[in-house]
Amino acid sequence: MGREMVVSRRATLSLRLVALLYLTLLLLAPLVIVFWRTFEYGVGTAWAFMTTPAAVSAFWLSILIAAIAVPLNTIFGVGAALVLARGTTPRVGKGVLDALIDLPFIVSPVIAGLALLLVYGQGGWFGNVFLNNGIRIIYAVPGMVIATVFVSLPFVVREVTPVLREVGDEQEEAAATLGASSWQTFWRVTLPTIRWGLAYGVVLTTARALGEIGAVLVVSSNVAGSTLTLPLLLYQRDDQIGTQVTTSVYALATELAVISVAVLLLMTMFGSRREDAR
Amino acid sequence: MRIEAERISKHFGDFTALDNVSLEVPEGGLTALLGPSGSGKSTLLRIIAGLEEPDDGVVRIADEDVTRRRPQDRSIGFVFQHYAAFAHMSVFENVAFGLKIRKRKPAETRARVQELLALVGLTQWAGQQPHQLSGGQRQRMALARALAVEPQVLLLDEPFGALDANVRAELRRWLRRLHDEQGVTTVLVTHDQEEAMEVADTIAVMNKGAIEQVGAPRDVYDKPATDFVMGFLGPVSKIDGRLVRPHDVTVSVVPLDGAVEAMVKRVVHLGFEVRIELELSGGEPARAQLTRAQSDELELSPGDVVYVRLPAGSLSAAGAAAPHRPINA
Repeated sequence: MGREMVVSRRATLSLRLVALLYLTLLLLAPLVIVFWRTFEYGVGTAWAFMTTPAAVSAFWLSILIAAIAVPLNTIFGVGAALVLARGTTPRVGKGVLDALIDLPFIVSPVIAGLALLLVYGQGGWFGNVFLNNGIRIIYAVPGMVIATVFVSLPFVVREVTPVLREVGDEQEEAAATLGASSWQTFWRVTLPTIRWGLAYGVVLTTARALGEIGAVLVVSSNVAGSTLTLPLLLYQRDDQIGTQVTTSVYALATELAVISVAVLLLMTMFGSRREDAR
Repeated sequence: MRIEAERISKHFGDFTALDNVSLEVPEGGLTALLGPSGSGKSTLLRIIAGLEEPDDGVVRIADEDVTRRRPQDRSIGFVFQHYAAFAHMSVFENVAFGLKIRKRKPAETRARVQELLALVGLTQWAGQQPHQLSGGQRQRMALARALAVEPQVLLLDEPFGALDANVRAELRRWLRRLHDEQGVTTVLVTHDQEEAMEVADTIAVMNKGAIEQVGAPRDVYDKPATDFVMGFLGPVSKIDGRLVRPHDVTVSVVPLDGAVEAMVKRVVHLGFEVRIELELSGGEPARAQLTRAQSDELELSPGDVVYVRLPAGSLSAAGAAAPHRPINA
């Protein structure tokens, strides 16, 4: 028996080592190199690259797009999760909704962008309607927002639905018998119950909204200073060659990573404060 | 307040949960809906609460038709089998929930919650989270929460079903006392006939989506309307084609008029009572229950031949006009 313990322990250790190595090579090492290259010529140089007019404009555009897409998908996501886990919709209807929600995960983002082009672009289904009224959707910010909403749509639904299913509806029924309206039940019982799943869904949505390239690239006019998000600017710079440009690419990459990690930390802090308040 | 359910039917897909059921709960009474799982007792309770909508029929609370009213507008208190505690709120906040919804003044709310916590013996637990309480404490919290808003009727869905036997027995007595003090019209759903007999003043026995009999605990036990009621409310033996309670069987070692021959298979001593397991001449099993004194006098042991007789008056349910139903005794 003692022998078995030793063997199994050795197996556990080597498994851990493999997992650690795997994560280091694939995740940690590239990130560390990006960080190191960013500050290779000092913090000042990196900061200068992050604060060029093009970079500042790209930063704010990324924030703007995320600030529109994330709330939209949060509201839609919670609503869809409630329909899937609670609603009285027939099973067929739920099945269709369920399948549709996964569409952005299944379809390549580039194809999503092209589809938007066909619908809202010049000569597209609705494109001329908007263009004739002086509203530009494709090759402009509205199209980039729509593309971002599309690719980041499933996260909140997919995080919240299983939580709702697992918790069940007894607490909500109890609230109703105690006199709470559907709206009061949602705010006082349902939302606090799903807050962790929701927070995680929002983090994932935000990360995706900030980082998306494929879909946004297709519908952007790719003009620095107006329709380039941080990832697009990074992608464009990466096409050019030279030490200076490379450092600027690393600087932008670091900036993007820092924003995403900041969002994650903020949500975690928000969540844990709620937890402490209990 | 009086509760009336009139000609209620409810289907879930192909399954008939309730088939044209009518029930009246008198004001101030404590009625138990007793039946096996799948008999429709919980569905009937949830329809009274408004948590399910009947396909057909009318629900009245205090003579008002509430059939289409949402649960929050029915002035009910509901207690769930698995407590349905608000996991993210303290015990105090749980009990205060209904009062906050009703926008009572904070001072008034606090006083009422403290009064209720004292009533259910959870005063020093007010600041704890529900997961820090035992099952019995959680259910008492749920009761306090339901009572806080002074409901017209209190509906309990297998409230002690998830608790240990001794906690269950204690909470039963406690619930009965609470009912006597507060006098709220109460409906209790249970599958435990002992619980129904101990707590309720009226029992409605349900089976397969219908009510088989409504009556005082003694009446449904002593004068069951159907074989099902007889079998569900206590042990039964089938002797000479008739159902009988084992303690009504007379056992003798000498032949008696109208007695049936049987062989003793086993003698089980259960403290004050002795259970005699028998095999009738046709090979079918039967049971008799004797006091220890009777048993000692007979000196029975396995293999003995005895004569069993049913008391003249003890007509089984099958003797009544009710249709015969198969029974698992």
